[in-house]
Amino acid sequence: MDPKIESKHLNFYYGKLHALKNVTLNIREKQITALIGPSGCGKSTFLRTLNRMNDIIPGARIEGEVLLDKQNIYERSVDVVELRKRVGMVFQQPNPFPKSIFENVAFGPKMLGLSHKLNLDEVVEKSLRAAALWGEVKDNLHKSGLALSGGQQQRLCIARVLAVEPEVILMDEPCSALDPASTLKIEELMQDLTKNYTIVIVTHNMLQAARVSEWTGFFLLGEMIEYGKTVDIFSRPQDKRTEDYITGRFG
Amino acid sequence: MPKMSAKSTQTLAKIFIWGSGFITVLILFLIIGYVLARGLPQLSLSFLFSAPQGGTSGEGGISTAIVSTIYIVMLTIAILIIPGIGAAIYLSEYAKDNWLTRIIRYGVDTLAGVPSIVFGLFGFVIFVTALQFRFSILSGALTLVCLLLPTLIRTSEEAIKAVPRSHREAALALGSTKWQAIWHVVLPAAMPGIATGIILCIGRIVGETACLYVTMGGSSAMPTSLLSGGRTLSLHLFYLATETNAMSKAMATAAVVIIVILVINTIINWLTHRFQARMYGGA
Repeated sequence: MDPKIESKHLNFYYGKLHALKNVTLNIREKQITALIGPSGCGKSTFLRTLNRMNDIIPGARIEGEVLLDKQNIYERSVDVVELRKRVGMVFQQPNPFPKSIFENVAFGPKMLGLSHKLNLDEVVEKSLRAAALWGEVKDNLHKSGLALSGGQQQRLCIARVLAVEPEVILMDEPCSALDPASTLKIEELMQDLTKNYTIVIVTHNMLQAARVSEWTGFFLLGEMIEYGKTVDIFSRPQDKRTEDYITGRFG
Repeated sequence: MPKMSAKSTQTLAKIFIWGSGFITVLILFLIIGYVLARGLPQLSLSFLFSAPQGGTSGEGGISTAIVSTIYIVMLTIAILIIPGIGAAIYLSEYAKDNWLTRIIRYGVDTLAGVPSIVFGLFGFVIFVTALQFRFSILSGALTLVCLLLPTLIRTSEEAIKAVPRSHREAALALGSTKWQAIWHVVLPAAMPGIATGIILCIGRIVGETACLYVTMGGSSAMPTSLLSGGRTLSLHLFYLATETNAMSKAMATAAVVIIVILVINTIINWLTHRFQARMYGGA
């Protein structure tokens, strides 16, 4: 099967800081790929190159290619708005807009000018159901998204991404601000979502990577040290540094 | 000198801080209390709804001053809002940090500290004379726009910068354009702060005399168009205090000015709270 996303010899600089060094990595369609590594290893930076969120950082520079369905997303002809519609993102801190639950979910379709084509009520319900939040909020759709608990807020953010029907969902430590029960809910949700979506998750939590992902990449100091099936990475890592990290010797 | 114990330092600091707070509040109440105590008994419906006599008599009411004040506040704010908030958006969202934007910022900060009479002279030369708007509400409002732009730009810029980056990123990551993110997410979230900036401006308009003195004239007649002259309440107060002996009328006018400012602040505070409650709170 062709990979959904391929990064080829990707280098990334914040000003003089060489944050990603020659990263080559394939991400499989409709599976979960986890990126692990200690703080500052470049895993989040790598994630944000996949939907060009780093574009908004002043002084950022990129070399190499990122192919989404064989098309280089850094080519001049690529519309970054169109790209981000296809590659959605969930952030570390739940960040609902200071708007109602309904407006949060309807935001993407509205901004993309789809509201006249779609029935927004249906889109909102479908997205909230897919994010396993519908039952908890269906009677309070006009309540502020910020009035929800942290775990609910994060599922709201996932629903908000699902509403624009992306192909890939990037998750940047989506559970690090959540309690264990909420974390478990999000992890179950991720498994459900692989029916339709390709997911890339950055996580600090190695157990989480082991629980949810099929593929794992280990990053250290801007380099991708090792990449393979999650079971292999955790049971028989090839690289000494990977082994040291997953056995808790540093990080 | 023997070292003071931590505990007595703490007590001293407490006394000092409480004292400072007390003095501030005391001064505030003394001024407002004095003006209200002397002014309120003079207030009557006929005072509010009859025109001042003008000249040196100081007789009559303040109806035309109230109308002029309302006109000048509305006109100034109407002209001020778009360039003020627009410049704030530019500075906070679009401007790169280079020599040009540093000069703009420096200019904005400097303008904010220039005395209002200097703006008045500028308004007199440009609007009253060169553009031939004469002494009028329009000249006064345009001058006030120049005076207040820096204030509104700075307060709005701070309000916009205070919106968390995560909101912008979330909007962009959903495929919105930069402008959509600003218009639909950043500005609504910054609205309470921007509203505060607008209140500050309204307060300054109501209180301003020097720069209106040389751009609005001081006609005590009822303004009939934007090109009519006029006097705001504060300007009327200035005339009463300097050209007449009608101290009691001046105090009554001052009481009205204070009440107007209190009412404006209360209304806007209430609106801001309601707005925030709707966005961040429950229902």
